[in-house]
Amino acid sequence: MSAIISVQNVSKSYWRDSLEIPVLNNISIEVQEGDFLALMGPSGSGKTTLLNLIAGIDKPSKGNVIVAGTDISKLGESALAKWRANSVGFIFQFYNLIPVLTAFENVELPLLLTKLSKSQRKKQVETALTLVGLGERMYHYPKQLSGGQEQRVAIARAIVTDPVILVADEPTGDLDKNSASEILTLMERLNSEFKKTIIMVTHDPHAAEKAKQIRHLEKGDLV
Amino acid sequence: MKVLKLILKNALRHKLRTTLTILGISIAVIAFVLLRTVVTAWYAGVEASAANRLIVRQAVSFIFPLPYAYRDKIAAIPGVETVSWANWFQGVYIDKNQFFARLAVDAETIFNVYPEFLITQSELESFKAERNSCILGQDIAKQYNLKVGDVMTIEGDIYPGKWDFVIRGIYRPRDKTTDATQMLFHWAYVDERMRQEQPIRAGDVGWYIVKIKDPNQSALISQQIDALFKNSRAETKTETERAFQQGFVQSTSAIITSMNVLSFVIIGIILLVLGNTMIMSARERTREFAVFKTLGFSTYHLTGLIGGESLLISALGGGLGLFLAFPIIQGFESFIPKGFFPIFQVEPITVFFGVSAALLIGIIAAVFPIQKALRTSIVEGFRFVG
Ligand SMILES: Nc1ncnc2c1ncn2[C@@H]1O[C@H](COP(=O)(O)OP(=O)(O)OP(=O)(O)O)[C@@H](O)[C@H]1O
Ligand SMILES: [Mg+2]
Repeated sequence: MSAIISVQNVSKSYWRDSLEIPVLNNISIEVQEGDFLALMGPSGSGKTTLLNLIAGIDKPSKGNVIVAGTDISKLGESALAKWRANSVGFIFQFYNLIPVLTAFENVELPLLLTKLSKSQRKKQVETALTLVGLGERMYHYPKQLSGGQEQRVAIARAIVTDPVILVADEPTGDLDKNSASEILTLMERLNSEFKKTIIMVTHDPHAAEKAKQIRHLEKGDLV
Repeated sequence: MKVLKLILKNALRHKLRTTLTILGISIAVIAFVLLRTVVTAWYAGVEASAANRLIVRQAVSFIFPLPYAYRDKIAAIPGVETVSWANWFQGVYIDKNQFFARLAVDAETIFNVYPEFLITQSELESFKAERNSCILGQDIAKQYNLKVGDVMTIEGDIYPGKWDFVIRGIYRPRDKTTDATQMLFHWAYVDERMRQEQPIRAGDVGWYIVKIKDPNQSALISQQIDALFKNSRAETKTETERAFQQGFVQSTSAIITSMNVLSFVIIGIILLVLGNTMIMSARERTREFAVFKTLGFSTYHLTGLIGGESLLISALGGGLGLFLAFPIIQGFESFIPKGFFPIFQVEPITVFFGVSAALLIGIIAAVFPIQKALRTSIVEGFRFVG
């Protein structure tokens, strides 16, 4: 196993007017290919911030983030957007589905940026939705689905492009116990069966148990 | 493909808001088209005027008459082809709301100086032969359902008394800028009766219409005419019909200017209505835009999504407005007195302006929300709470 993600001496601050808010202090961490890492820590400790840096939706103030050999901290905005489309699958706490699109259309969204034909897209979307157990609900709109089902659509959207890494920010944070455990089982399966490298932020110790490795953040430091 | 579907679905997200916005735009477009049509109607008189006709009027004011004796003196000026004349008769036909031009004219020459009034030879001859006859514009004949042989009774005001005129012809307009709403009868007939009833007003001419051979000489001949009557009891002011019409339009220019301004104010209102809608919907979708960007969608896609929705709404509003404008303007026309505007119709240029304005507004209204959406970083987008 080699490190697919390498975070090297990364610091991140936000600025509120002239006031610097340090969030991450010189953090280094490596994640091996095929790993399932849980990031835990109190609210405000910088978990989301670290995840965003690894996923390329935010940039470090200092340091480098190297994912699958690419130093993404050096990419420009549009190169970064292309990189994200190819390399990362995103799962959010509040699912973030587009309400006016059906489950099928939501999952198809990332594929619209590829060169796939309509029938190829259809095949891939159906595969992804079947894998998350929603083969029967493809033409439902988000508001016609339960929270757990919505999150499964979001997972299908995250895996439909077959990305290298999956990032999940409190994927079970808004779900009841049963739905949460279904989602976690699904993520475990994606890791073990489909060899996806997963980084998951969570507050929930039960959720973290499913991961292969747990790291803690405390006020911007890894402990 | 997909993007169009998404634009449509986005536009229909708040059906009531979108509907109200579309209605707002269409009402504004109707108002715009109506105002522009009124303004163009006002200017149509200037457009229709001929360059080889001079109007000679009393220098002080239009309401003062000129002596009939001027006729031969004007006719003697080299370059003058025909001298005709007319008086504003006014009077009341049926009731005071029936407004159209009623003029006492020189029967012998009037159709020579106004070749755009088309009339048959036999109608013209019977008109000339009968002193109390009249010729009616086609539009007026149609409006009041009048035909040759009918008698029109006018209650005189400037020329008191009851006047009966028998219709001996209906003139047709040569083209769409020709005024087909006039009633023309014998100046000689009116003058004869005035000679008996108010001798002091006998021989009064409202204005002379001078047809010249060469339009390039209009300035020179105008000067010569005015010089002829300089220091006389009734000095004249001669100008081309076009200048004369422009003068009339200018005297009402405050109204026209305000209408012009108003039509652009309306465009501003549409812009605000649509801009407001677009800003609201883009704001509500801040998170979704962050999702799109996260998934790798670019500036170009977001611009298309927001701009497309804005254009769709403005095009629907503009289209609906134009579609409704035609019947509404027709309805409006039936409320203004016939002949008040000789030509009242929606010009193609007005339609063109209406459409371009609507589309331009669709683009402008999207600028701010697009800018906002592009500037908001993904992280800010996800942290945004509406
Ligand atoms: N865009 C931003 N601008 C300013 N401050 C920010 C921004 N993003 C995060 N912060 C601040 O950085 C700190 C860490 O935020 P972060 O979201 O990473 O925490 P977290 O560990 O994910 O917390 P939670 O468990 O509540 O989600 C917080 O104090 C937060 O207020
Ligand atoms: Mg967080």
